[in-house]
Amino acid sequence: MKKLSRKAVSVWLLMLPAVSLADDLAEIRRQIDALQQEYEARIHALEERLSAAEEEAAEARSQAQAAEQAAGTAVAAAQTTIAVEQERPGTFNPAISLILQGSLNSYSQDPDDYGLPGFQLGGEAGLPAEGLTLDETELVMSASVDQLFYARSTFGLHDDGDGTEVETEEAFVDTLALPAGTGLRFGRFYSDIGYLNRVHSHAWDFRDQPLVYRAMLGSQYTDDGVQFSWVAPTDLYLRLGAETFRGARFPGGDATDTLGNVQTVFARFGGDVGSSHSWQAGLSQMWVNDVDRSSSGHAHGDEGEEEGDSFTGDSNLTIADLVWKWAPNGNPTDRNLILQAEYFYRNEDGTDIFTEGGDSALLDYDGRQQGFYAQLVYQFMPRWRIGARYDWLESDNDLAIINAGGLDPDEVLEETVFNSDSHDPSRWSLMADWSPSEFSRLRLQYNHDKSQPVTDHQWTLQYIMSIGAHGAHEF
Amino acid sequence: MKFVIKQLPLVCLLLLSRVATGQVSVFACEPEWAALAQEIGGKHVSASSATTGMQDVHHIQARPSLIAKLRQADLLVCTGAGLESGWLPVLQRRANNPAVQTGAAGYMEATQYLKLLDRPLQVDRAAGDVHAQGNPHIQLDPRNYPPIAQAMAGRLAEIDPQHAGDYEAGLSDFLQRWAAAIDGWQVQAQPLQGVQVVVHHDSWPYLADWLGLQRVGTLEPKPGVPPTSAHLSKLLQQLQEHAAAAIIRSPYQNAKAADWLSQRTGLPIVVLPSTVGGNAEAQDLFGLFSDILQRLLAITS
Repeated sequence: MKKLSRKAVSVWLLMLPAVSLADDLAEIRRQIDALQQEYEARIHALEERLSAAEEEAAEARSQAQAAEQAAGTAVAAAQTTIAVEQERPGTFNPAISLILQGSLNSYSQDPDDYGLPGFQLGGEAGLPAEGLTLDETELVMSASVDQLFYARSTFGLHDDGDGTEVETEEAFVDTLALPAGTGLRFGRFYSDIGYLNRVHSHAWDFRDQPLVYRAMLGSQYTDDGVQFSWVAPTDLYLRLGAETFRGARFPGGDATDTLGNVQTVFARFGGDVGSSHSWQAGLSQMWVNDVDRSSSGHAHGDEGEEEGDSFTGDSNLTIADLVWKWAPNGNPTDRNLILQAEYFYRNEDGTDIFTEGGDSALLDYDGRQQGFYAQLVYQFMPRWRIGARYDWLESDNDLAIINAGGLDPDEVLEETVFNSDSHDPSRWSLMADWSPSEFSRLRLQYNHDKSQPVTDHQWTLQYIMSIGAHGAHEF
Repeated sequence: MKFVIKQLPLVCLLLLSRVATGQVSVFACEPEWAALAQEIGGKHVSASSATTGMQDVHHIQARPSLIAKLRQADLLVCTGAGLESGWLPVLQRRANNPAVQTGAAGYMEATQYLKLLDRPLQVDRAAGDVHAQGNPHIQLDPRNYPPIAQAMAGRLAEIDPQHAGDYEAGLSDFLQRWAAAIDGWQVQAQPLQGVQVVVHHDSWPYLADWLGLQRVGTLEPKPGVPPTSAHLSKLLQQLQEHAAAAIIRSPYQNAKAADWLSQRTGLPIVVLPSTVGGNAEAQDLFGLFSDILQRLLAITS
């Protein structure tokens, strides 16, 4: 093409009258140069267009091939199913998600001295460390095992001073194919009693658990056991269940019975009111037999094994819970409101051994404890929520010395953790959080904490981030 | 005792069967699939939808009432492709109903029967709420319904073989009426070819693909991320240079962003039902598409 254009230019030159003026010649040369440049630019553009067209054609061919292949596999696979899934690698891998949490905490009292007078603490009842701290990191994996079973495990990673401690919080199997609305769960799992007990920490609406959970369930009760549940075939949601647990974890203390030392039953009801309101109410009972638990009154302080109270006997807990949610037209994205309250009543009966300086006193202990919390969380615009919560606890413990064992009886009655000193722990909490997406949340919370007679002003700035599989949240 | 144990499977079967109502109970995640099941199954089917046309199906709470409904269902029909991943798995696990577990005959995902549009080459949450398997809002192209209807009729016949003939008849009747309706709509829709629109969320690619609409912008900066002022100003600038014909949003989407842009550009806002029940006119599948066309044609005239 270039040659052709040059020839054309030469022919045109020959046809020019033979004017021999030098000036004219120079002018002609310039014109030729300009023409040549213009032609070359055009040719270059054409070449570019040609190669682009060739690329497009190739892409179209490969797309057509891919479509043909997809169509082919689909037909082979099952009549009309299109094989969207088949190309994805790792389809059989379990859903994996990792939840990272951390916080900045400030307390006006020493968190190591935290306690709830009248209650023996255990489990994860302590306060998070002061200052910048990494909270629990959760690793969750789940998948269907086969057509009959579904399995999920949750590992919690905590710092324990020297290194990282891994805790198996959950590792359970659900049945998928039992008939008539029944289901079995076995392994280690959060008991279904109450409303918040089975909710993972990253899904809490406040940074910490209500005081009733901290005092009576060690924050959350998870243990090795079996759960049977039944869902009624009715439009009103009704779920009944029973569980038996090993009982070695707080509030239990010793596993002496083959079928477990902790038993529970629970009933849950729920429904909608119009398209904007929904509710759920529950009633649960937990029996802990042959408790044998030693613990001091404080969460972290005086760790000496030989000091403090050791309770032996039975402990029965009753929980009533109610959750009411509002979301205009059932769309919680813009605005929504959650009202939630739970009431706990516990009765403990047995003996307490109080140890101090190597001497032990034996006491008869009969405790009746109750408490509740109520909270309101309001999302007033997309991504922003505010919340308020009130906590209250009361204990009415009867103590009588059977054998002072060389200790001063008055001092024993004064210093045992079961002595509440007529103080009813209470707490006010306010929080605001911002969630840029479903997978991230930043939260500021203030607690006006009267767990003990002296008020503790607690401030927390917290982050919760989850990566990996999209977790589905329960109501 | 021995008698009881021997009879246990029979008792269980009785409890499982649909003796009580005699109808196949269909739990649809979205209203369009409930409507389709009703079209095919007629009187043999009682279909209900977990969500309404006024709800954003991405964000539904796994409410107790939904668990109660799924417990009683014989067939679960959902869109799939991750659209319901925030709530459906909880319902399935809590309902204690083996009939509707993933993989069972009573579990059906509509997106399994189509080739999805806009399948991302790269999946990263930094890009927003992207669906790895492609855009799941398939209900807005009427040409997508025949393969799904076929599959659904098959499932109904499998679950309720007694009435297999009726389901087949229901299917062919629906397909016939549907094909005729599509022909009519396509004639009506000719003026919409090439019309440029701004959408709230990227939930209209199938409609655009069918009608030849051109999506020139979205109010959301990234899928699932609420509109930001920075993004809207950029969009405004773009629209001042190259005008579009209208702004499209669903009835459940926040009106603020669309109103803001409309005031500054003078573009009309078209609130389109995104499914059956999205407004008073879209009461069944036929009404849905007729209404969508009518509202869109109003901007071109």
